[in-house]
Amino acid sequence: MTNPWTDIKNTDLAIVMGGNAAEAHPCGFKWVTEAKAHRGAKLIVVDPRYTRTASVADYYAPIRPGSDIAFLMGVIRWCMENDKVQWDYVRNYTNASYLVREDFGWSDGLFTGYDEEKRDFNKESWDYQMGEDGFALTDPTLQDPRCVWNMLKQHVDVYTPEFVENITGTPRDKFLDICAMIGECSAVDKTMTSMYALGWTQHSKGAQNIRGMAMLQLILGNIGVRGGGMNALRGHSNIQGLTDIGLMSNLIPGYLNIPTEKEVDWQTYLSTREFRPLQPGQTSYWQNYPKFMVSFLKAMWGDAATAENDWAFDYLPKLDVPAYDIMRMFELMNNDRVNLYFCQGFNPLLSIPDRGKVTAGLSKLKMLVVMDPLSTETSHFWQNHGAHNEVDTASIQTEVLELPTTCFAEDEGALVNSGRWLQWHWPGATPPGEAKHDTWIMAQIWTRVRELYRTEGGAFPDPIVNLSWDYADPGEPTPAELAREMNGRALAAVTDPATGAQVLQAGQQVSGFGQLRDDGTTMAGCWIYAGSWTEDGNMMARRDNSDPDETGMYLNWAFAWPANRRVLYNRASADMAGKPWDATRPLIQWDGAKWGGYDVPDIAPTADPSTVGPFIMNQEGVSRLFSRGMMRDGPFPTHMEPFESPMANVFNPRMRGNPVARVFESDVARLGNSDEFPFVATSYRLTEHFHYWTKHNRVNAALQPEFFVEISVELAEERGIANGSRVRVFGKRGQVWAKAVVTRRLQPLICDGKPVHVVGIPLHWGFMGAAKKGWGPNSLTPFIGDANTDTPEFKAFLVNIEPATEEPVA
Amino acid sequence: MFTLMRFAEWENPATNDLEWLIRKDGCMHCEDPGCLKACPAPGAIVQYSNGIVDFIHDNCIGCGYCVTGCPFDIPRISQTDHKSYKCTLCSDRVAVGQGPACAKACPTQAIVFGTKADMQAHAETRIEDLKSRGYENAGLYDPAGVGGTHVMYVLHHADKPGIYNDLPENPRISPVVEGWKGVTKTAGLAAIGLAAVGATLHGLFARGNEVEEHDVQSADALVKGEDPDHGGHV
Repeated sequence: MTNPWTDIKNTDLAIVMGGNAAEAHPCGFKWVTEAKAHRGAKLIVVDPRYTRTASVADYYAPIRPGSDIAFLMGVIRWCMENDKVQWDYVRNYTNASYLVREDFGWSDGLFTGYDEEKRDFNKESWDYQMGEDGFALTDPTLQDPRCVWNMLKQHVDVYTPEFVENITGTPRDKFLDICAMIGECSAVDKTMTSMYALGWTQHSKGAQNIRGMAMLQLILGNIGVRGGGMNALRGHSNIQGLTDIGLMSNLIPGYLNIPTEKEVDWQTYLSTREFRPLQPGQTSYWQNYPKFMVSFLKAMWGDAATAENDWAFDYLPKLDVPAYDIMRMFELMNNDRVNLYFCQGFNPLLSIPDRGKVTAGLSKLKMLVVMDPLSTETSHFWQNHGAHNEVDTASIQTEVLELPTTCFAEDEGALVNSGRWLQWHWPGATPPGEAKHDTWIMAQIWTRVRELYRTEGGAFPDPIVNLSWDYADPGEPTPAELAREMNGRALAAVTDPATGAQVLQAGQQVSGFGQLRDDGTTMAGCWIYAGSWTEDGNMMARRDNSDPDETGMYLNWAFAWPANRRVLYNRASADMAGKPWDATRPLIQWDGAKWGGYDVPDIAPTADPSTVGPFIMNQEGVSRLFSRGMMRDGPFPTHMEPFESPMANVFNPRMRGNPVARVFESDVARLGNSDEFPFVATSYRLTEHFHYWTKHNRVNAALQPEFFVEISVELAEERGIANGSRVRVFGKRGQVWAKAVVTRRLQPLICDGKPVHVVGIPLHWGFMGAAKKGWGPNSLTPFIGDANTDTPEFKAFLVNIEPATEEPVA
Repeated sequence: MFTLMRFAEWENPATNDLEWLIRKDGCMHCEDPGCLKACPAPGAIVQYSNGIVDFIHDNCIGCGYCVTGCPFDIPRISQTDHKSYKCTLCSDRVAVGQGPACAKACPTQAIVFGTKADMQAHAETRIEDLKSRGYENAGLYDPAGVGGTHVMYVLHHADKPGIYNDLPENPRISPVVEGWKGVTKTAGLAAIGLAAVGATLHGLFARGNEVEEHDVQSADALVKGEDPDHGGHV
């Protein structure tokens, strides 16, 4: 989230698209209720299903799963055409005026540079025209046909209301009503907040869905302001922390990159990370990258990381592929390339697509170690449960070890919420039975592995034997020790480069990432967490809920990264002179000498508004309506069909799904077509359950005891399915049996003149736990992910459905 | 206890839009409680000065007359201890200055608790807000037939309470119960009275949830901690 949950109360219009906050985030949804009650805010829901969020919305419109980009580009077109634009913001705070290279273009659904063989774009032309001085060329009058604004206008021209209706199935009048409601928020005293979740991410073009709304928010001037923002409602209490701390295979903590094998040395690695400003005098904050990276390497290898050995850069693994994401891991398992798999706090048998492939992969392992508080489906993948897990146990030779871990309520530490707040919590119970903290298990394994390398050596033992492991009990680092390490501390005296004054003594905790250095005098495990545990103590444990003037910022409650800032890009809440756009909702302002206000300014405290642009994390100092080469599938979002869709791509019928999303060869034959599987399926969560955990709890299991699928009255009639009867839902990759819920919550959508039926599949059942046995949607979903993030396409795929005439033997 | 969340999928004929009508169905804590009127056991049902109607189980004889007497069909006789139960509005919490647990837990403050006057004032603001959002018939459900209730609903469609899973439009205590402590006390009329009660009971029970037999079995199994799939089918 760019803004905290508590800020949603400041909005005038909440649009929930790609999520179902009332059901999946009921506690956070109270801030929408606040905004409705106290500001008279409106709520719009756009979703294939009429959800609980829709039931309290002012306006609901249905949409075909996987067609959100067409909807969003249509809204952008409508705003441009109807002058619903925050012009000062667009001209000054976005790259609307930047000139795009002459050789960039778009046709047949593809941007320039497409290589069908490689399934990739050559992105060279996706860039600005550059001046000889190295700065980007702009046309502040927005007259040049090559400026981003005019390129965008041209790009969205095709997304007329008629086009949007045809693609999305959203009735034109509803689409236009929503456009009008959104358009009002281009006024400086009206803001809209976008609340989305996995309904947008779990698509083969998920990142572009989010880009589409982010662009709309920029055009409306709604980024950086109170009651605005792009707000990703995370699906797990600490999934924000997971990405922060670098559990993505291509990232290290704080969104730094694991080097690729082309980055053979430290100099090469840094050469592509210069982040030179594209405007004179602009702050380009990522120019501090080496400070964060060196501090990370010092946290990893301590005294073994020196200037002479390039801070032990060679110790880092080098990626030979873009990422070892989870689908690649299961592909490798299926190819006999993985022997041992550690599965920690994760249930892939139900959460990775194409379950048949997951089972086949796990069956090829020599050993599977499952660390989990619960006895999961994954740890029992080899056990035959009839139709619910049809495996030949005798043929599976994988050895499975279950290591019971503690659950969150038995742990101490910080959870990072969607609003980037690190909130410290304390254990509420003693671990049962043999359950151990994850940290204990990992430390015990680690110390033994290190001992093996110490005594037996190996091809390259250095990164392992030299790893910094500076804990009072090497067998169990404490949460406090780990948190202090992530915050970072001085390893030698640290001085202010401007004045020469000493700011830190050796051993002192840094108070913020501004104190990190690239000369080896500081260490920090996760630079964005700097400031969370300072010399003043554990900032994450703060519980002061005072909120001067009720802005919703709560600066003394816990700690928000970065720098305790609550609203990202908050510099953009003020105009070019530094005065708040909306005097009734100030966030920060320029007093002629410095920035101050209710939030920690997202700009240097003394940066003059007339010289430094507000988006300091971009080299341009402005936000990007045109994203240059940052995304693999295009600098503007363009409509793409899901890989399995009832419709061909209207721009290019040959194009299946996202043209640059990775498809493993073995999966091509496992994709279905609409002649065989005519119905669109989508998956979702229910309020009574949390993922696959709560079915182990009898109360939750009693509240939602049984796997069901939802279908419309029309589809039920067409297929002869009675409400409450048993159905078989089947696709190219698998089949499930479920109880049919025939409901008006789902309606057939008319796309290109033909009805599209949607089958809704909730995700909470398996064959372990207290609830009745069932299946997850992953028995049916394709092994395909987003082109940028590899997030699986769980939200749009094809199935067929029929009354279950025969029941399988359970 | 014996509080259900009910929801109805209702297509608004005026707009053709689907609406979910969600209702927390439990004891309404009537000002003139039919259960109390029907109860033959002294001290089993009491009404506190704050309006809460409470069942004192030590005094309950399990006759079920309160079930008959309730115009909202709320109390149920426990099959374990044969005493009658319903929502207490957390009378124990309220007695020590805390609100009911449901109001405390509700994340979106859909349930709020306070004096009746405060709640009526709060309801006014909610009704005004709903009217501004196009619900012209929004209003407060506080039916006069039972002297008003101490659990009140703000309804989007207060002109049609029946669409909220048969919320009675004008709930009244059954004349049979009204008469119970009056004329029907004479032995000669008792037989007729009981017959009439029987008929009323049937009417009430027939309105309960329809549940398939195998749902009942697996729910029972679940409660007993058995495998709900045992012997069942997929």
